[in-house]
Amino acid sequence: MSRPEHTAPPEIFYNEEMADKYASSSRMMEIQSTMTERAVELLNVPEDSPPLLLLDLGCGSGLSGDILSEMGHQWVGLDISSSMLRIARQREVEGDVCLRDLGQGLPFRPGTFDGAISISALQWLCNADKAEHNPIRRLRTFFETLFAVLKRSARVVFQLYPETPQQMEMITAAAMRAGFTGGLVVDYPNSTKAKKYYLTLFAGPAPPNFKEPKALGTEDGEQHSAQFTSEREGGRGRKRRHQETKGRDWILQKKEYQRKIGKDFEEIHNAYTVLSDEDM
Amino acid sequence: MRLITHNVLMCNKKGCTIEHFPLRIEATRVEQRQSEFNPEFVRHMIAKLDWAGLVAGAKDCGMAVPAEMPAEADQTEEFLHALHDVLLDLHVEEGALVCTHCNRRYPITEGIPNMLLTEDEL
Repeated sequence: MSRPEHTAPPEIFYNEEMADKYASSSRMMEIQSTMTERAVELLNVPEDSPPLLLLDLGCGSGLSGDILSEMGHQWVGLDISSSMLRIARQREVEGDVCLRDLGQGLPFRPGTFDGAISISALQWLCNADKAEHNPIRRLRTFFETLFAVLKRSARVVFQLYPETPQQMEMITAAAMRAGFTGGLVVDYPNSTKAKKYYLTLFAGPAPPNFKEPKALGTEDGEQHSAQFTSEREGGRGRKRRHQETKGRDWILQKKEYQRKIGKDFEEIHNAYTVLSDEDM
Repeated sequence: MRLITHNVLMCNKKGCTIEHFPLRIEATRVEQRQSEFNPEFVRHMIAKLDWAGLVAGAKDCGMAVPAEMPAEADQTEEFLHALHDVLLDLHVEEGALVCTHCNRRYPITEGIPNMLLTEDEL
């Protein structure tokens, strides 16, 4: 699957043409809405809660914001693509949208927002599209200012497409450093297409009555935590094969085989073969 | 952009850390659009609002808001409705937001404030 992050910076990639696609393609709209609905579900707003003031980070043409509006919440959206924002205005979304690069941080008063969602946006911050871009610094600025503008213990849900385990580690490290807690929910972990990553965070410690959300599409219903590590597990590593194979049995087997196929070779004794002669 | 958003936006240009809120609104086109009134939400917002910021923002748009936030007893349905109209139904379509401290201008076009900073402002 091609990754849009590799083709162009977000403000270029999400041009008029792409913005039109987002506004007209029912398939794209459906995917966006499903992911937003899931993200809102993970936000876990109590039923008796009044309507909230939420942030939509990377709001694009406002498809995700529509879902928030439907649920009665007010929202402010930020995006770096002016084309997408113009489409949002044309679609008459109910929230306000601002042009802003998330890597520059969030220009809001501290402690104002009750929560935030972000659909397919965070991975863009891992890019260095300009010479002066430093993804680690940009992620840090982003998470630090996000932490500041949220109420304590507010929830944030990011749906994202991490490219590599290292990238995911970079993102979570920046979030944890800024004071967030939480973890990753992976829906449909065994499917290539339906698999979706949701980074669900708390601004501050999780409330004591918090129950970890269950990932969708896991048959046993058990919590599948993400296997994001750069080290391989299992028998595929070099070290492991070395331990398993280069032993006494292996040498004997090899020699036996050489004899069997009639290969004439000079018997060189070593610790193993000397031992084996004694055995025989 | 509505005043609810104006009430949370602030200038965060490098070095601009004091008096960076509220941003002055230089509106050239303001529209009124009715939206659904939700008393619960307005009540929820009151605690979050910076009242002085709201007074200043409303004044820039030619609306009057009482200088002091009414006491809780006076927060009648009528008051909430008036607050709703100011917060959520007033749209600044064209103009600019200006930081009173560093004079940085953030233009508003088609209702979208451009909050992008240049590299030397970070």
